[in-house]
Amino acid sequence: MAEVRDIEIKEPAGRAADAARMLAHTETLAGAEQPDLPGDKMVLNMGPSHPATHGVLRIVLELDGEIITKAMPDVGYLHRGDEKIAENMTYTQFIPYTDRLDYLAPLANNVAYVLAVEKLLDIDKQIPARCQFIRVICAELARISSHLLGLGSFAMDVGALTVFLHTFTEREKIYNLCESLTGARFTTSYTRIGGLSRDLPPGWVEQCRKFCKEVVVNLDETETLLTRNRIFVDRTQGVATISKEDAIDYGLSGPNLRGSGVMHDLRKAEPYLVYDQLDFEVPIGSKGDCYDRYLLRIEEMRQSVRILHQCLDKLPGGPVNVSNTKIVLPPKERVLTRMEELIHHFINVTQGINAPPGEVYFGHENPKGELGFYIDSKGGGTPYRLKIRSPSFVNLSILPHVLPGHMVSDVVAILGSFDFVMGECDR
Amino acid sequence: MTSIDLAKQLKTRFSDLISEPVEFRKEITLSLSDAERIGDVMVVAKGELGFDYLVDITSIDNYGEDPRFTLVYHLYGYGHHCHLRLKANVSEEKSEAPTVTTVWRTANWHEREIFDMMGIRFRNHPDLRRILMWEGYPYFPLRKDFPLAGRPSEMPEVAFTSTAPMAGGPFVTIAGGKDTISREPRVRIPETDSLGMNARVERRKDIQKSHGRAHGPGPVDSRTKNG
Repeated sequence: MAEVRDIEIKEPAGRAADAARMLAHTETLAGAEQPDLPGDKMVLNMGPSHPATHGVLRIVLELDGEIITKAMPDVGYLHRGDEKIAENMTYTQFIPYTDRLDYLAPLANNVAYVLAVEKLLDIDKQIPARCQFIRVICAELARISSHLLGLGSFAMDVGALTVFLHTFTEREKIYNLCESLTGARFTTSYTRIGGLSRDLPPGWVEQCRKFCKEVVVNLDETETLLTRNRIFVDRTQGVATISKEDAIDYGLSGPNLRGSGVMHDLRKAEPYLVYDQLDFEVPIGSKGDCYDRYLLRIEEMRQSVRILHQCLDKLPGGPVNVSNTKIVLPPKERVLTRMEELIHHFINVTQGINAPPGEVYFGHENPKGELGFYIDSKGGGTPYRLKIRSPSFVNLSILPHVLPGHMVSDVVAILGSFDFVMGECDR
Repeated sequence: MTSIDLAKQLKTRFSDLISEPVEFRKEITLSLSDAERIGDVMVVAKGELGFDYLVDITSIDNYGEDPRFTLVYHLYGYGHHCHLRLKANVSEEKSEAPTVTTVWRTANWHEREIFDMMGIRFRNHPDLRRILMWEGYPYFPLRKDFPLAGRPSEMPEVAFTSTAPMAGGPFVTIAGGKDTISREPRVRIPETDSLGMNARVERRKDIQKSHGRAHGPGPVDSRTKNG
């Protein structure tokens, strides 16, 4: 290898002669059919601590030069045994654990979990309208928050740092909304079985409206940074194209599934809460590449803002909890003055809500995909088995199929476009 | 077309193998009497009844009952938008069922997870390894006889590699120090640092004496041993 001091500056004629000599040399090399060098496959360990793995995902890549020939994802670094924990506590006690599944959208997880338990208790039709609207608002705020982060880190991984700062400015506002709504910015634990932990604070609706107006402006600005950005488009278009059939076969859900052109959104397919009363569209992709998944998330955020506007306009009054004090805790003054409510309070807290024996599965359209809870109850206050069907876990299982054939530098773009979170994947 | 119609079609197809459909909260559950036939039933469910999406596979430990394990499959069809749940029991002695990875490729990770957490093996699975726990972990944590607090077990060697390249340097935390002051580089007593390497070696010996080892658990490479 030539060192800096060895390079001599030549006259233009000399340089041209050099170039011609080099060209001739390369041609003879190419013509001579070079035999493959022995051991030319290299194994590269990516993660578990890597900024593009969004948590602790480890991928063992087998490389031929810069091309990936084999990929083996290794998950489980964040396994906390949430399903085991759930078997040992009451239904209500598990709500804080759901915050820590997809920790970028805790509000949506809270909603998904209580809807599953309410399905088991068969009280899903009795939930007051106000509560249902507030839950939709929560789920959509969580969707915007999660997509903003996914978008920001996706852009950052492919080299556009400004986008990250842009989207985080908006996320900060969502955190402020969460804080005034639930008392916590991250670990919201907002919902309760049969209702909510509290009603909206005064002035919250106006704050949320203000946010809805601002986020659209920010989204437009973000789009000008990316959608026609040559570098971003080159790095994402035609990368990790997933066909419709593969997407279904590998069980993808959420934006990753719709990015491949499958029209499936649980909010439309099996409307829960008040989604059937709301007017919104579900975008789908046409090619199924990273760029499609990016466009789709942007559009989903716009639709979420649309849903938020409608919910804030239609938000009815009334209570937010069901009246049955065997399910929600009775008001404190009644607990202190009446025998029956005291008993309900005591039983609710010590033994949990008495659920009937049976099994239910409820799938919720979370920002990352279908978050499902399968509850097997033998009766009593604790689930016998609670299985969390996490979208990130299932979405990641397609990696060994998608990654081979791409360059190493594409991995960060692909992971960014998949938008997964390991807290949910590893549970 | 509703779930119950599809369930009945599947029932007529396999007659005795499949129980009568059970409805709970508008969800249809079918039970298979023989787990060995799961593969056949799933091929028909996907190919003829249009259940092209496998939502989830999970397992239940009916501890104290026989057969001990239950496998639960959640199917969905994009054509007819119907859900169906299929269940099959697996005995503890056998702890084995045929794989459905040939029917839906998404089953791969679900089955690995069940193998990892419950210890049910899937015959002909292409890559049956643990997925959430590490390779070589001796227990199946979701079984009911596994305590919530867990059981102590050997960690794989990869968790404790040799000392970090900068270990012993002025801004590097000393692993296994007896208190926060000795561990935290920013509050390290300045005179020991200014005296140079010898003082630091003496300090490390102190720590070693008080703590048993200088660098936390695991092998200490020759560089550190010689000081």
